[in-house]
Amino acid sequence: MRYAMAIDTKKCVGCGDCVVACQTENNVPIGYCRDWIVENVSGSYPNVEIELRSERCNHCDNAPCVRCCPTGASHIVEGGIVKVTHNECIGCGACIQSCPYDARYSHPDGYVDKCTFCDHRLAKGQSTACVEVCPTSCLYFGDLEDPNSDVSKALKNRSWKVLAPEAGTKPQLYFLT
Amino acid sequence: MKTRRDFIKISALGTGAATLGLSALNWNGVKALYAADEQEAVSDEEMTAHATYCEVCFWKCAGWAYTDKKGSIRKIVGNADDPHCKGRLCPRGTGGVGMYNDEVRLKTPLIRETVGGKQYFRKASWDEALGLVTSKMKEVSEKYGPEAFALFNHGAPGSHFKHLFHAYGSGNEGEPAWAQCRGPREVGFAATFGSWIGSPEPTDIRDTRCLVLIGSHIGENMHNGQVQEMSTAIDRGATIITVDPRLSTAASKSKYWLPIKPATDLALLLAWIHVLIYEDIYDKDYIEKYAMGFDQLKTHVKNMTPEWAYGITTIKPDLIRRTAREMAAASPAVIVHPGRHVVWYGDDSQRERAIAMLNALLGSWGRRGGFYFKEKVPVPRFPQPEYPHPAWDWKDNLDGRYPLSSMGITTELLKASIPELGYKHQIKAWMVAGTNLPLTIPDNELFKKAADAVEFIVVVDTMPMEIVKYADVVLPECTYLERYDYIRSASHREPNIALRAPVVKPKYETKPAWWIAKQLGERLGLGAYFNYNDIEEVLDWQLKKLGTSLEEMKKTGVKKFPRRSGALYLHEGEDYEFNTNTGKIELYSTDFEDHGFDPLPNYTEHPQPQDNYYRLIYGRAPMHTFSRTSNNPNLWDLMETNSVWVNPKVADLWDLKNSQEVWLQNQDGVVSEFPVKVRITERIRWDSVYMVHGFGHNNKKLSRAYGHGASDSKLITNVMTDPMMGGTGMRGNFVTFLTEKPGKELES
Ligand code: SF4
Ligand code: SF4
Ligand code: SF4
Repeated sequence: MRYAMAIDTKKCVGCGDCVVACQTENNVPIGYCRDWIVENVSGSYPNVEIELRSERCNHCDNAPCVRCCPTGASHIVEGGIVKVTHNECIGCGACIQSCPYDARYSHPDGYVDKCTFCDHRLAKGQSTACVEVCPTSCLYFGDLEDPNSDVSKALKNRSWKVLAPEAGTKPQLYFLT
Repeated sequence: MKTRRDFIKISALGTGAATLGLSALNWNGVKALYAADEQEAVSDEEMTAHATYCEVCFWKCAGWAYTDKKGSIRKIVGNADDPHCKGRLCPRGTGGVGMYNDEVRLKTPLIRETVGGKQYFRKASWDEALGLVTSKMKEVSEKYGPEAFALFNHGAPGSHFKHLFHAYGSGNEGEPAWAQCRGPREVGFAATFGSWIGSPEPTDIRDTRCLVLIGSHIGENMHNGQVQEMSTAIDRGATIITVDPRLSTAASKSKYWLPIKPATDLALLLAWIHVLIYEDIYDKDYIEKYAMGFDQLKTHVKNMTPEWAYGITTIKPDLIRRTAREMAAASPAVIVHPGRHVVWYGDDSQRERAIAMLNALLGSWGRRGGFYFKEKVPVPRFPQPEYPHPAWDWKDNLDGRYPLSSMGITTELLKASIPELGYKHQIKAWMVAGTNLPLTIPDNELFKKAADAVEFIVVVDTMPMEIVKYADVVLPECTYLERYDYIRSASHREPNIALRAPVVKPKYETKPAWWIAKQLGERLGLGAYFNYNDIEEVLDWQLKKLGTSLEEMKKTGVKKFPRRSGALYLHEGEDYEFNTNTGKIELYSTDFEDHGFDPLPNYTEHPQPQDNYYRLIYGRAPMHTFSRTSNNPNLWDLMETNSVWVNPKVADLWDLKNSQEVWLQNQDGVVSEFPVKVRITERIRWDSVYMVHGFGHNNKKLSRAYGHGASDSKLITNVMTDPMMGGTGMRGNFVTFLTEKPGKELES
């Protein structure tokens, strides 16, 4: 099993619903976030383009944040989900430095936190909070090894890219372009 | 370097990175909102779901509010059976819990006191505050008649107070929804098809093959159903055509973006009509069967060629033709969207008429992928005596002006409050429920004069909005998560109703609007209109008549009903009578003609900015609703302030830098109260600037929102009033930049 997410940049409107839904689902304190929006504007008036991306942890196959964690708090669980065990984390921040995607933050309670792909929901057969809230339904989640999963189907007929492939982390967020 | 905090990151390739959301957090205020001991996520089964419908905007999506074992609200999610939201709330609805958690909410009734020449608010009991409001309502009624007490309202609480005011004998009520928002489109479409657009819009976006947006920025305008369906349309390969001087989010998703010169839309619409007719690509069968006035229209637009429009709009003739042909190719599955906030230049009803006529030529009204025939369930009225007949209402004050207005005109009610303006009937007191007039109504001086002139103002709100500063009595309403309201019955493809039941008990000493209205009614001796102990009784009675019950609705939240009015769309060749004077779609408006207005729309030239001035264009951000959400901790966290969008060429000219703070000064010398950050972006034309509406709060009580950004409303002092329906056109204002704090020398 290999969990992954595809984000359709052609449909995302940058509304931030995925951000609030994650905050309320995962009790992320106000002022912090596990997912966020990037808006890239290119060209000049009137030939301008915008790319909108809802970003979060890439749950990298080759995760530097896990390798550099001195306590083993950062680890990989079933389906490739990269997790942090809060009570093992000493808050040293090495993982934050090592992540090319700026996907982790220091929780005010002294540990490092990040996207979990809502594994507590996956365990109940639900999808992630961001996927289920997105008003444009532009987020697709599932098991890449299952050809019938939403994410596999989304990737089949579209061109896509990953962010910072040169970092060699083998990221698992796919941006449909 | 980007920081983790700035989670709405905006980078402009080539011109460096600009970031939103820079100010520091008030950690004390914010963190206290959450019980910190429950840090981990809780699964849905361990929580209780309560049926509600959202009140963060007027879309009223049905949802489930989840409480944990301690009874705290953890999250709100959409109700999957609700046609308004299909299980997905928008960011504001998802963050609606912040409205409940906001620590600066109004907490107790307040009464204005003057001590030693200084005015302040004193906490009062409900009994005292209600007693004071009652005595003022009685006094006004005796001195001037109940009609002199006006109601300004918005949203669900409004309906409870409308009931109270009708029982009391006043029909003077106004909502910004008409004259500051969508009135013109209702007038334009009623004249053409004999039907309002209404809310939610009956646009069949999910099945459309071509969606045309004129200044309407769906996606930033987070009208949930519209956004969801636009996304479906994108999936299905629909063509989107957007007309906007700004590259809106929707424009960025469009096959064609027409970066029009502001204030010239009507010329483009007429040229499109010209192309459809003179290239013979309109829906002939449809027009022949259902419409009248085609020949007059054909003659009327003869010279309104794309070449003519090019000189006005700056849109190339070829692009005008190509886009018209795209629409025709998709016909009848095409929507030229009426928009929502359409009070722009004072000839807005005529522009909306042209939009309606374009839809008629494309055969899209009553067709799949165009506009469907909406239907709603009538909710039976709980037994009550007939309302008394007011001796006069706002219409009687118009003396023939704005003959096509069918809802109260807020600005006219304000004018009738100022004795020097000499209105036949005078307004002497106001109740303002759920609408922040100072940041909503253009021409702030008019508002202030009117507020000064009236004898009494009672404000009902959940938050210390600017309007509260003008109140004599403040009645703190609880939020939608703490109260019942009337049943939501809105028109849709499938008729449906939704229930709002309290999720938690009202915090502080706040009370639901229904309770406040009933209390005032009883004290006024109008108990017969409130002949029940509790609103649950009313709701259960109504729901039982509708074949369900309060108990059942608490479990389902939403109930759908079969359609009774017929099919969603016209059948092939169906005879159909439109609700116009002629029973036909009126390309030539007999109603407009009867009232002395152009039966066919004409382009009028509007002023363009002088040197060094830029047209002020404003709009919405998906995470905020007007000015009412700016202090909501969750939504403030997504967007703390607005910025002023400036084209790089203009920025060069003024030597402006990204994130630099400037003050804006308008053509009448009005300066923004607070500075606003510059966002240099290729997304805006060089002759305009853009701001998100709803920021620049000046009530210090708003802990997070105070002083953040500039208020567009305050800079709108030139109002171009629509002679047909009283809409306040707000897009004729021009601003320039002040890079130094104005009046600095005086201060030091
Ligand atoms: S909720 Fe969906 S549309 Fe909104 S920002 Fe997130 S991914 Fe984009
Ligand atoms: S995105 Fe960052 S935090 Fe997530 S797995 Fe990759 S390196 Fe680790
Ligand atoms: S569109 Fe958003 S704010 Fe409006 S009612 Fe729906 S969820 Fe609430």
